[in-house]
Amino acid sequence: MIVPMPIIIVVTFAAVMGVAAVSTMVERRLLGFFQDRPGPNRVGPFGMFQVVADAVKMLFKQDWVPPFADKPVFLLAPIVGFMAVLLEFGVIPITPHWSIAGDLNVGLLFVFAMMGLAVYSVVLAGWSSNNKFALLGGMRAAAQMISYEVFMGLSLLGVVMTAGSFSLHDIVLAQSRCWFVIPQFLGCIVFLIAGIAETHRLPFDLPEGENELGAGFHTEYSGMKFGMFFLAEYAGVAMISALITTLYLGGWGGPILPPFLWFAIKVVFLICFFILLRAALPRPRYDQLMSFGWKILLPVSLINIVLTGAILLWQAGA
Amino acid sequence: MSETIETSRGDAVVRDALMAETMRGMAHVILHEEIAKDGLVNFWVSASDIRTVLFTLKQPAARLRMLYDITALDERQREHRDGLPDSTFTVSYHLVAFAGPHDEIRLKVPLLGLDPHVPTASDIWPSANWFEREVWDLFGVVFDGHPHLTRILTPPTWVGHPLRKDHYARATERPPYTLSEDQVFHEQEALRFDPSAWGMRKHSDNSDFMFLNVGPNHPSVHGVFRVVLQLEGEEIVDAVPDIGFHHRGAEKMAERQSWHTFIPYTDRVDYVGGVMNNFPYVMAVEKLAGITVPDRAQMIRVMLAEFFRIASHLVFYGTMVQDLGQLSPVFYIFTDREKVFEIIEAICGFRMHPAFFRIGGVALDLPNGWDEKIRAFLDYMPPRLAEYDKLVMQNPLFKARTKGIGAYTTEEAIDWGITGPGLRATGLEWDMRRVQPYACYDQLEFDIPTAVNGDCYDRVAVHIEEIRQSLRIIRQCVDNMPSGPFKAEHPLSMPPPKARTMHDIETLIHHFVSVTWGPVVPAGEARCMIEATKGINSYHLVSDGGTMSYRTRIRTPSFAHLQMLPLLSRGVLIADLIAIIGSIDFVMADVDR
Repeated sequence: MIVPMPIIIVVTFAAVMGVAAVSTMVERRLLGFFQDRPGPNRVGPFGMFQVVADAVKMLFKQDWVPPFADKPVFLLAPIVGFMAVLLEFGVIPITPHWSIAGDLNVGLLFVFAMMGLAVYSVVLAGWSSNNKFALLGGMRAAAQMISYEVFMGLSLLGVVMTAGSFSLHDIVLAQSRCWFVIPQFLGCIVFLIAGIAETHRLPFDLPEGENELGAGFHTEYSGMKFGMFFLAEYAGVAMISALITTLYLGGWGGPILPPFLWFAIKVVFLICFFILLRAALPRPRYDQLMSFGWKILLPVSLINIVLTGAILLWQAGA
Repeated sequence: MSETIETSRGDAVVRDALMAETMRGMAHVILHEEIAKDGLVNFWVSASDIRTVLFTLKQPAARLRMLYDITALDERQREHRDGLPDSTFTVSYHLVAFAGPHDEIRLKVPLLGLDPHVPTASDIWPSANWFEREVWDLFGVVFDGHPHLTRILTPPTWVGHPLRKDHYARATERPPYTLSEDQVFHEQEALRFDPSAWGMRKHSDNSDFMFLNVGPNHPSVHGVFRVVLQLEGEEIVDAVPDIGFHHRGAEKMAERQSWHTFIPYTDRVDYVGGVMNNFPYVMAVEKLAGITVPDRAQMIRVMLAEFFRIASHLVFYGTMVQDLGQLSPVFYIFTDREKVFEIIEAICGFRMHPAFFRIGGVALDLPNGWDEKIRAFLDYMPPRLAEYDKLVMQNPLFKARTKGIGAYTTEEAIDWGITGPGLRATGLEWDMRRVQPYACYDQLEFDIPTAVNGDCYDRVAVHIEEIRQSLRIIRQCVDNMPSGPFKAEHPLSMPPPKARTMHDIETLIHHFVSVTWGPVVPAGEARCMIEATKGINSYHLVSDGGTMSYRTRIRTPSFAHLQMLPLLSRGVLIADLIAIIGSIDFVMADVDR
C-alpha cells in the first residue's frame, strides 16, 4: 500500500507532537506512581485532559520577552530547537513503507546534523536571555551536548560497520535475524547514556539543573516559547527512543503483530525507561559528567569500534 | 578541678571549673563575680581587659573552648541589679568547653553611655564576627576593629537599634509607615551588592569575575536566604551570605509577652522543630522560678522532643537529597514525617507548632491509647530507613556528590561555633543530652552517632543515625512512662492549678492575677542549653521580677552554622554549594529569629 507523501508528512509530524504532549502527561502520572502520590488526576477521566489544559494555558499566556533580552535571538532559539527535533523524525522508518524521507542513504548523518543544530537552540536561549543563570545553563549545555555527540557518533559506528549502510532502512533490515543490541551491546549502552545527555534529561539535566540554576537556559521563557522547549524535550525523548529502537532493537521487526505496533511498543517502553531514570537517580556534578564522558565513554566506544572491526574482518576472512 | 555548684533550685550541677580558676588567677581584671540562677559564674571584666581575658581563656587549644555566644543587655530600665557594676549596656560573652567535663563561663563587660565601644573578638574566634554584627545592629554597641561592622538582621536602611529599651516594639508606637517612590528606589539601591565593600576585586589578573546573586528567592537556599557568589566560570572564588530576611524580632516580642504567652512564639523559631523550641525556654523559666517538674511531664517532654527531632531530620534528609536532583525520596520521607505528625496531633492537638510545653509541665496528659500509635510507628520506621539507605546513601552518584565536599575539622567547627550533627560528623562525641543531662535523659539509653570526615556525606549519615537513636529513646519512653501529675504543683506553674482556687478569696485572687497577668517570675538570670534538632539551642532569660521577660536571648545553632558557609564554599562549584547548603541543616527562621 502506497500512501501519498503529503499525508505521511502531516500524519507523522502530528503524531510526534501528540506523542510529545501525551508523554508530558504520562511522565507526571508515572512519576506520581513511582513516588507514592496520585499525580494530575482531576481533569477528565484519569486526568487525561490535563494535556489539553496545559496546552490551553501555555497558548493563552502573555507573550512576554524580557526587555533586557536580545529579542530576535530570544525568539529564534525555541523555534530552532523544536524544528531540529521534528526534522530528525523525517528519516526514521516507522514501518517498511512509512517514512518521510524514504530510504535516505545518509539517514544517520542527517540525524546527527539535526542534533548538532539543536545545541544552538539551548546555547542561543542561554545567551540571548541576558540572565546569569540562563548563561550558566547555556554554557553547560554547549559543553555537555557537544561532547556527548562525539561518543554518540562513535558508538554508532559499530552499527554502521555491521549493517554496512548509513540508511536507517537498511539498518533495520540488517537486524532481521538478530537485533544489534546483542552484538553491539557496548555501543548500545554508550548510545543510551549519550542519548540521555543529548536530551538533557535527569540525571543529565545540568543545563536546567533546577536546584542550582533555577531553570537554567529557559529561566526567562514563558508561555508558548517555553512550551516549545518543553515539547522539544519530550519530542527529543521520543526521538532517542525511536533511534534506539531503529538501531538496536530491530525497528519495526517482530513476529505476529503488525510492524507499526512493534515500533510503537518498543518506543513506549523506552520512554517509560527514561521516566524511571528520572525518578530514580540524583544529578552528577558538571565536571563529573564531563570526566565520565571523556574518560569512560570515549574509550568504551573506541574499544567497541575496534572489536567490531576485528570481528567483521575475521568473519570476512573466514 | 571540678566543683559542685548548688543552684537556687537546690540540685547539684557538676562541672569543671577550669575556666573560672583561670579567671580567678587573673584577679586584677575581675570587677565583680556572681553566681547566676543557673549556677553559672559571671565574671565582670572591663572593656579594656576583655581581649586579654578572651585570649587567655582560648588556651590551651586541646580544651576546645568555643565562643558560644555574644549578646548584650540594655540595663537602663533594670531595677534588680544590686551590687553589679554600673552599666548602660552590658555585653556578655559565653564560653563553653567541648572537651573534658562540662565547663562554662560567662564574661560580662559593663559599658557606659549611649555610644558604647568594646574591642572586637572576631580575630580570636571567627564565630564572633556575626555575633558582634548582631549586637551592633540590635543594641548599637560598636566593636572596635571589627572587619565589617554592618547591619545583619535589620535592613541596611534601618534607623535605630531595635533591642534598646527606648526603641518602639509595636507599629502602634510609631507614626504610620509610608513608602514613597523615592524610598522604594533608595531601599532597592541599598540592597545592591557592592563587591568592593567586601574587599572583593572585580577582576583577577586574566579574567573578570561574575557576581551571581543566589536567593533570597531560589529553590535551594531553604527559605529566604541570599548568598552572593563571586564566580570564575562555575568555580566559587568567594561567597557572601546575606541574612535577616526572616527576622521577626522574636527577642523583642519576648519583652512584651508574659512568660507564659511567649511559648507559642518559640515554636516558630526553628519552625520544623516544634516543641523542641519550647524545651529550653520553659526550662530556663523553671530555673528562674525554682519549679521542679514531675517525672511524667519530663518524660512526655523528652518523648515529644525526640519525635520532633525525627520530623526535623526527615525534612533535612528529604530536602538534602532533593537538592542533589534525586526527585523521589523526598516524597517517601515526607510520608513518614506525616506519620510523625499524626502522632503529635493525637497527643497535642496540633501538628507542626503545638506549643505543648507549659511552665512546670505540659499542657495536657497523654490521651487514652496513645502508646499504640507510637508502637506502630516504631515498627514502621526502621525498615523505611533501611530502604532509604539503599536508595540514597549507597547510591554512587549521591556519594560522588557528597563525599569530600564541604569538609571541616573539629577545631574549625569549634572556632566557628558549630554544634549538633555538624560537629559530631567531624568525630567529636559531644551531645548535651549526655554531657549535661536535662529532663530525664540521664535515665535513657542511647548512643551518640559520630562520623570521621566532617563532609556532606558524614553529616547526612549522622542525621540518619540520630533518627534511629531517637526511635530507641521513644521506645524507652513508651515502655517506662511514669504515672503521676503532668504539671508541677507550684504557684508559678502555668496555667496555675485550678483545683486550689475554690477555698477562699485569697487563692481565687492569686489565681485570677496569675491567669490575667501571668506569673511574676523572681528576678535573676538563667539560661538553658539543650541539644535541639540542629545543634545546641539555648534561651538566656533575664527577669527583673516582672510578668514579662526583661531580656530574652535566643541563641540558635543555625545562625552560627550559616556563618561558616564562605569558608566551605571557596574553590568549589555551584553544584557543590547547593550540596553544602543542603547538608548544613538550617532553617532561616532559626537564623534570623
